[in-house]
Amino acid sequence: MTSTFRTPEGGRVDRSTTVEFTFDGQTFPGHPGDTLASALLASGRHAIASSVKLGRPRGIAAAWAEDPSGLVQIEEPFPEPMLLASTVELYDGLVAHGLPGQGRLADVPDSARYDAMHVHVDVLVVGAGPAGLAAALTAARAGARVALVDEHSEAGGSLLSGTDRLDGAPAAGWVAAAVAELAAHPEVLHLQRTTAFGLYDDGFVLALQRRTDHLGGAAPRHEARQRVWRIRARQVVVATGAHERPVVFPDNDRPGIMLAGGARTFLHRYGVRVGSEAVVFTTNDSAYDAALDLHRAGVRVAAVVDARPEGSPLRAEECRAAGIPVRTGSVVAGTSGGDRITAALVAPLADGEVGRADELACDVLLVSGGWNPAVHLFSQARGRLRYDEVLGAFLPGERLDGLAVVGSAAGLLDLAGCLADGRRGASAALTALGIAPAAEVRLPTAPEPVVPAAPLVLWRVPDASGAEGSTSFVDLQRDATVADLARAAGAGLRSMEHVKRFTTIGTAHDQGKTSGVLASGITAELLGVPVQDTGTTTFRPPYTPVAFAALAGRDRGRLFDPERVTALHDWHVAAGAVFEDVGQWKRPRYYPRAGEDMAAAVLRECAAARSGVGILDGSTLGKIDVQGPDAAVLLDRMYTNLISSLKVGSVRYGVMCGVDGMVIDDGTVLRLAEDRFLLLTTTGGAAKVLDWLEEWVQTEWPELRVHLASVTEQWSTFPVVGPRSRDVVGAVFPDVDVSNEAFPFMTWRDTTLDGVPVRLARISFSGELAFEVYVNAWYAVAVWERLVEAGAPQGITPYGTETMHVLRAEKGYPIIGQDTDGTVTPHDLGMAWAVSKKKPDFVGKRSFARVENQNPLRKQLVGLLPVDRQTVLPEGSQVVDFLADGRLPPPPVPMLGHVTSSYRSAELARPFALALVKGGRARIGDTVHVPVGGTLVPVEVTSSVLVDPEGARRDG
Amino acid sequence: MQLIECPWCGPREETEFSYGGQAHVPYPEQPGELSDEQWAHYVFYRDNPKGRFAERWNHNTGCRRWFNAIRDTATYRFERVYRLDDPQPSATELAGPRRSTS
Amino acid sequence: MSPRTPGADLPEHPDFLWRDPEPKRSYDVVVIGGGGHGLATAHYLAKDHGITNVAVLEKGWLGGGNMARNTTIIRSNYLWDESSAIYEHALQLWEGLEEDLGYPILFSQRGVLNLAHTLQDVRDSVRRVEANKLNGVDAEWLEPDEVRKVCPIVNTSTDIRYPVLGATYQPRAGIAKHDYVAWGFARRADEAGIDLIQDCEVTGFTTDGDRVTGVRTTRGDIAAGKVALCAAGHTSVLTDMLGIRVPVQSHPLQALVSELLEPVHPTVVMSNAVHVYVSQAHKGELVMGAGVDSYNGYGQRGAFHVIERQMAAAVELFPVFARAHLLRTWGGIVDTSPDASPIVGRTPYDNVYLNCGWGTGGFKATPGIGSALAHTIAHDEPHPHIAPFTLDRFVTGALVDEHGAAAVAH
Repeated sequence: MTSTFRTPEGGRVDRSTTVEFTFDGQTFPGHPGDTLASALLASGRHAIASSVKLGRPRGIAAAWAEDPSGLVQIEEPFPEPMLLASTVELYDGLVAHGLPGQGRLADVPDSARYDAMHVHVDVLVVGAGPAGLAAALTAARAGARVALVDEHSEAGGSLLSGTDRLDGAPAAGWVAAAVAELAAHPEVLHLQRTTAFGLYDDGFVLALQRRTDHLGGAAPRHEARQRVWRIRARQVVVATGAHERPVVFPDNDRPGIMLAGGARTFLHRYGVRVGSEAVVFTTNDSAYDAALDLHRAGVRVAAVVDARPEGSPLRAEECRAAGIPVRTGSVVAGTSGGDRITAALVAPLADGEVGRADELACDVLLVSGGWNPAVHLFSQARGRLRYDEVLGAFLPGERLDGLAVVGSAAGLLDLAGCLADGRRGASAALTALGIAPAAEVRLPTAPEPVVPAAPLVLWRVPDASGAEGSTSFVDLQRDATVADLARAAGAGLRSMEHVKRFTTIGTAHDQGKTSGVLASGITAELLGVPVQDTGTTTFRPPYTPVAFAALAGRDRGRLFDPERVTALHDWHVAAGAVFEDVGQWKRPRYYPRAGEDMAAAVLRECAAARSGVGILDGSTLGKIDVQGPDAAVLLDRMYTNLISSLKVGSVRYGVMCGVDGMVIDDGTVLRLAEDRFLLLTTTGGAAKVLDWLEEWVQTEWPELRVHLASVTEQWSTFPVVGPRSRDVVGAVFPDVDVSNEAFPFMTWRDTTLDGVPVRLARISFSGELAFEVYVNAWYAVAVWERLVEAGAPQGITPYGTETMHVLRAEKGYPIIGQDTDGTVTPHDLGMAWAVSKKKPDFVGKRSFARVENQNPLRKQLVGLLPVDRQTVLPEGSQVVDFLADGRLPPPPVPMLGHVTSSYRSAELARPFALALVKGGRARIGDTVHVPVGGTLVPVEVTSSVLVDPEGARRDG
Repeated sequence: MQLIECPWCGPREETEFSYGGQAHVPYPEQPGELSDEQWAHYVFYRDNPKGRFAERWNHNTGCRRWFNAIRDTATYRFERVYRLDDPQPSATELAGPRRSTS
Repeated sequence: MSPRTPGADLPEHPDFLWRDPEPKRSYDVVVIGGGGHGLATAHYLAKDHGITNVAVLEKGWLGGGNMARNTTIIRSNYLWDESSAIYEHALQLWEGLEEDLGYPILFSQRGVLNLAHTLQDVRDSVRRVEANKLNGVDAEWLEPDEVRKVCPIVNTSTDIRYPVLGATYQPRAGIAKHDYVAWGFARRADEAGIDLIQDCEVTGFTTDGDRVTGVRTTRGDIAAGKVALCAAGHTSVLTDMLGIRVPVQSHPLQALVSELLEPVHPTVVMSNAVHVYVSQAHKGELVMGAGVDSYNGYGQRGAFHVIERQMAAAVELFPVFARAHLLRTWGGIVDTSPDASPIVGRTPYDNVYLNCGWGTGGFKATPGIGSALAHTIAHDEPHPHIAPFTLDRFVTGALVDEHGAAAVAH
């Protein structure tokens, strides 16, 4: 395949290098600087794929993101679904094929990197065409901090697509100078290949930078492939240009039919003639440029077909001089061809009637129905659009704070006007910012604009073929036609939102960039209402599609969510711990020895803690330092029990409820001084409890003199647990009298170890004699190792959360969040003893008096003992009433409650469970049933305290 | 994503803040004297206007301080932020020049 | 050229959908809100109770609120008896709805997986599965290798931040095509003679003692024998006009779609710990949602960081999604209640019926609540399935706390 349609010179591709790519299994040449579309067109290939519903051939229809039909699937270097051939920059080794409807995802993970950057600027300019460059220069020269983003590979916008001259020279020279000047400003960030795809409140703009896509397989692996820029701009100047609008006519979808401006871009930017023989169909002057430029490039232009009765006398004269026939008052009323257009059917249009058609042979048909300003970002910013009857387009209909729309995005279509408008928009932004503009910013001189003939707004050419618009395509990707719009109107639909859903117009990959306004216009015609009343459907982010992975950025794999580990993590890893995720924490669940499964390891760890000594890393428990003269007042209001009566040096267990009276957290409270407490919270509740206390202190009781600080990370905590714990703790801390008399249960003592402060507390979450050791996390490993070393003679056994859970469950101590679910009161847990009757009020108290709280059938925490002494009830199992025949009735089966915790007990030598059971305490001694698999397991209801109910062990 | 003006820190990204619902709903002085219905209104009922709303925010990952704001729930725009010890701005004051983010 | 892609198109809509009537002066029943719930209520008023002198008032376009914005997941595997009863009632109606409506609603019972990522997730999941089974709702607990069989693209590797420890599976759950559902109800209601009145915003009520006598609208005053509030996120706007307080808060909830993709995702997957829910809709697009934006908002839009977080979750759970593209994002307004359960039933006005607080459950409940609310209106007493969801539960404390227990929203 050779590049027959490449011009001998011109364009911005690098002709010195040739790359090869494969499309639909065929190898093609191209150059760096090409897009996949331009390279295919250079080889004469228009057809890309067949259409989704009707299987009609479709081709490249535009030169950039507005293309509704040139969709491809990338296969190499890595599969990527549904990209536009017109926006894929060409690289060596690219393998792609046309896409009829659905893209294909790779079946292997994407190993490319993605990341994000934040930037704050005074002025963000979106679009580096003439208006955007003028705006960026104006802002930069004033010393503002500027970001300029543009979606193309290089700056220039429309200036690269035509023959415009500035200051008497080709416009590319001015573009290059502007880019160079911006690069010299230290406060300017200029990003090409960067699409601003979302505009949110307060000047927050998201932009996707394609950093290595154009390098294909040669992209360096260490570099992020794509980057999301999160730009916070005090002022935004939107200079996003305009999309050319087609006209709808019968058989308007054949390969070879494309937007006139697109053909011009392919010629000037890529050095590609889109065909040999063209018909140009237009409703306005702009397409004459395409006709004349293509003619000069050697394309035979069979005719310019101008729908306007008078056409454009000035431009017609130019055509005549070039020998291009012009047919005014005429339209393209149909086409012929297969995989490529072969002829346009040209007919006069008068009073809405299409006359007799002539067939004009051609291999490309270039169409222009006018221009739609790219108002997407403005619309995303909730800006109201207004319909402009002259342009036949929707324009920004109001001024928004901090947002200026300039140039052709605001409906201006002449170069000098766009340049001036860019400068104006930036100047207004500077004024709003209080930044003095630089002395006169001179704009390059554009040729005096020729006053164009008034455009004609023509949405569609009537279908004279008898097909009633069924081949007049409005949305090429969705295969949706004028006939579909007529059906929607006939079905009774009036809202464009309904019409969109009925026809699916605007729902495809291009999100209606060209079809949306056409659909509005044609629907308005069909319903006989003004286009303004029909309106458009809503523009939503993103402006163009963005890969999921780009938005995920680095928040993948281990960085998906922070991992929190304790100071002892490496020790646990070395000891072979199996970890459990508890919130963001990694906690050792158990420490298996060779050949042990979890059950065996836990039985061993439990036995050690109950008969010898065990040690747990409890550092993840939340710790809150509460200080101030009113600390006790606050805690009395927040805990259900009385805290103010706690003596310095002592510890008390406390329960916290929400205002609804449901338990939200529990833990111990150490009184460190009259005006200072250390609160212990659950691991998962640490942050929530701190926030909860802060909220009350700040918003309800600002008069309380109290301050709160999290010290969770600062203090490591190791419970040393078991009848032999006294020996171990006594050995490591010889300065402390660890006897029960000198150091009773629920008290704490400070000591030091080699000068390091250590706090010891007689707290037990297992019922056994236990000492919690608190030490600054920096010294955690050293102190832990001392304890483990000192405990070696007693066989000290590190244990994990699973054993901790078994030990506490045997004692009936609930885990908030496991044995409770936000619907459980302290009374339900059998903790009425922890609810003060003396305090006039505390958070949650009033809710205890509600009707439902008095219900005798409230669920209460009880123990369950499977009668077979073998079954470990699955946690989550439901508890049901026994039926005489031992079988379940048909659903719905009344349920009594559910199993919240369930374990094997070394101590009891049988499995046991905790459960929330309706009227549970009154059922103690009863037998109820738990469906497990297909069987009903009889279980005895017991007290929730199954081990050492007298509490004889806590003092050793 | 908005830029929210913390009265202590100045404008910060929305992600730094947590929401606290309706403002100026004081904890009842004598909860025990309320009927179940009155208590239910304190616990569960909050206004939910479309439009101007006085509400609480917390600069959670910043200074961790709570403050109040007048915000429009239809446009999401903050009209005022004010400290907890400031009175709720009257409609007349709100009609005056804005002093929050712009 | 590739051949035409199977599954990339949708069934045609009928040639006629509904009339565009002028409002009459008076109706026996005025339903405020032309979304799924309002339209379904109208349909069942006519079908089950023969009540057809009914107007459905819609301030925008029919089915244009949350009905057009949700992620179309249908399931009934809720924890509490009261919840699973109403959603199972709905699911059974879904199973016959295509026939009832004579409309291709594309109800696809492809099952839903609720993933568990922590030991507590596992406990909550087993609890819900066991409760579902006893309530007659199809439910299974799946181990990770079984999860992979149902949905091979879920990352069940143990080497991720929050490995999948298993999932609950409801095979009868699935998705439907939301617009088709709304239009199916609307067409049937219209055929029955019910007036569907669009661009008709309620601006006030006229009352007489304990009764509402009519509604004021942007298209004139309309007298009403009974009034049903089916305004979802805008409920408070109406109840404020009536002077009724309702404990709901309106929040933005965002969702998104990808481009059309070859079939890759055979079921529906939801995850709380790695917060995302995703299915692949009929044309091939991935449809996803995540959590609500935290603040009250009626703007039908949310903040982008919520979307970014959701994308991270999606790629974490489904590594093959990496190069799928975000095509469109949007937002709805969800009315959330304190216990994440709906608020339905009588109000202090004798002839006004409330239906709100569905949070993220509204779509899946559509036929269920439509039929139950129609029953309630027709008989002037709560349908048994909605009796537990009355306002007074907030006074007694008899909540139906779905987020406290299972934490499986959506």
